[in-house]
Amino acid sequence: MTEPAATGITLPAWQPFEWIVALRFLREGRIQTAFIISGIALGVAVIVFMSALLVGVQANFMQRVLTGQAHIQLLPAKEVVRPLQMFSVATTSAVRYDAIVQAPLQRLKSIDQWQSIAQQIGRMPEVLVVSPAATGAGLILRGDTSRAISVIGIKPELYFQIVPMADKITRGSLRLTGADILIGSELATDLGVSTGDPLHVVAASGTATILRVTGIFDLGNKGANARTTFVALRTAQSLLGLVGGVSVLDVTVQDIYAAETIAARIRATTGTDAQSWIATNAQFFVAVGAQQSSNTLIRLFVALSVALGIASVLVVSVVQKSREIGILRAMGIRRGQILRLFLLQGGLLGLGGAMVGAVLGALGLLLWQQLQRNADGTPLFPLSFDPGLFISALALSMLTGLVSAFIPALRAARLDPVVAIRG
Amino acid sequence: MAESLAVPAVVLQLQGVRKTFNPAQPNAVEVLHGIDLTLHAGEFCAVVGPSGSGKSTLLNIVGLLDRPTAGSVAICGQPTQGLADDALTYLRGHRIGFVFQYHHLLSAFTALENVLMPLLADAGFPNPLMVQRAAELLEQVGLLPYLAQPANRLSGGQQQRVALARALAMQPALLLADEPTGNLDTASADSVFALLREIGRREGMAVLFVTHNAALASRCDRTINVVDGLIVGGPSAG
Repeated sequence: MTEPAATGITLPAWQPFEWIVALRFLREGRIQTAFIISGIALGVAVIVFMSALLVGVQANFMQRVLTGQAHIQLLPAKEVVRPLQMFSVATTSAVRYDAIVQAPLQRLKSIDQWQSIAQQIGRMPEVLVVSPAATGAGLILRGDTSRAISVIGIKPELYFQIVPMADKITRGSLRLTGADILIGSELATDLGVSTGDPLHVVAASGTATILRVTGIFDLGNKGANARTTFVALRTAQSLLGLVGGVSVLDVTVQDIYAAETIAARIRATTGTDAQSWIATNAQFFVAVGAQQSSNTLIRLFVALSVALGIASVLVVSVVQKSREIGILRAMGIRRGQILRLFLLQGGLLGLGGAMVGAVLGALGLLLWQQLQRNADGTPLFPLSFDPGLFISALALSMLTGLVSAFIPALRAARLDPVVAIRG
Repeated sequence: MAESLAVPAVVLQLQGVRKTFNPAQPNAVEVLHGIDLTLHAGEFCAVVGPSGSGKSTLLNIVGLLDRPTAGSVAICGQPTQGLADDALTYLRGHRIGFVFQYHHLLSAFTALENVLMPLLADAGFPNPLMVQRAAELLEQVGLLPYLAQPANRLSGGQQQRVALARALAMQPALLLADEPTGNLDTASADSVFALLREIGRREGMAVLFVTHNAALASRCDRTINVVDGLIVGGPSAG
């Protein structure tokens, strides 16, 4: 600090001339400064609040969807019909005469060479788990009652790495030997069964077997709980007539957003019908895209109104201080210094407003989380306070301040001192 | 701190200075018709003349705030024609001090900070020496007890003295005073004039003092009379 005892006046030695004057000008017009900082703060708070909410919604969806399904599913190639081609003798070219092609029935069939395909995919560095499954339709018979079910034959040690069933078991255990079955809670209620009860399971082909209920699960969806059953892979293979075969290879990958690219590579190298979660949830991405577009538009308009607010305050300030600017120029202060002085005011207003706005936005998020709750009192979804969001809001606001201050600053720097002093 | 530049004997030299507003337009007006003027170090020169005669325009050109349409201006022997804005600003900041009819102090700053301003802008960052220099200048104008007072809480006479201290901060060779006593009562005007006279003499500065006050003009070393854009009657001793 510059602090000679004779004067008692303190000026921070690290502050340059422009910084000292800019801060004083802002402090002098404190009401104006307070109003514009409040305006910027509100704008930044809206941006922070909306962005964090959108991120929270997306993260929540990912968490819910992707913990219940594979990132990529490999299915057998679809069966197609190739119409016969008739040759015209006159032209010797292949001509198709009135070909009417009926779409073939898609039989339940195994993925050709699934073991080698599973090994091949498992060796890909971006793949985490490859889990084979045999799936098909069936019936459960119990007394007079029958229920249509979806039989999913799995290797528990692999499949449970993809779908964490341990979190979803409400009764019993996850044990799956050849004679065991896991059923949904809705199905258990419909059939009036509990763990340990035997069930008569009949496949669509007519093959039947008796299986014992070892666990009852809740997938969080009534329809799924009424239909879904899990059995050991070998049990499903014999029930569904897919001896040694599997109808699905479930795959999880490290980067969930690269799933479609990886699926395309798998399609190209294996010839299977590889479907990524991105392709099967296309509607979700359309919704997210629309949400992001509207969010971007709102951010743009908020930033624009903040910029106009800063610019108008600084334009007024330049008019109010034109005589002072003139006298500063007469004293030998350069145009560049005047320019920096006003740019700095814009930047400081942006930064100050953003800091207040970031705090307001965070408080708003906490309040929202307190007020918006599930029926059981738990938060709708967890909110993440990403430091990057706050840092980018600060940087964006400061940049907006600098950009919007440019025209008033240029105007101040170009003031003719003679005209300015004369007023 | 401002570097102390050597002051040559001739501080200001104007030769054939003309100024036309709106040149090459139908409403062009020539307000200065060829002014020749030489001012030596330590000289205290009054500029008198009726309103609209071109005194302020002359002062603006001398102060490098405006450029002449024709003729030449040299400050401390340095010709100013063709100099870029930054070079003129540098020359103005280091060689010329201004005191206007209205003090134009920065109301957000104290008396001392106002005096400090040219030194601070020149150096970029504050330092104890420049604060000391500003305090000394305030002492010279009799305002040391008021150094921490915000500029807008001082009386008119005190504000004008602070403006004078600020004009002296960079140790200028030439001080331009445009009716600095015009807004003051007689006692304050006398006090400010006496201060200008004393400091000018002590520092060896050339002073160009525009005034409508004949009594004050008569107390200067010499008086030039500007009428209709020309110096008339030749220089007269005060």
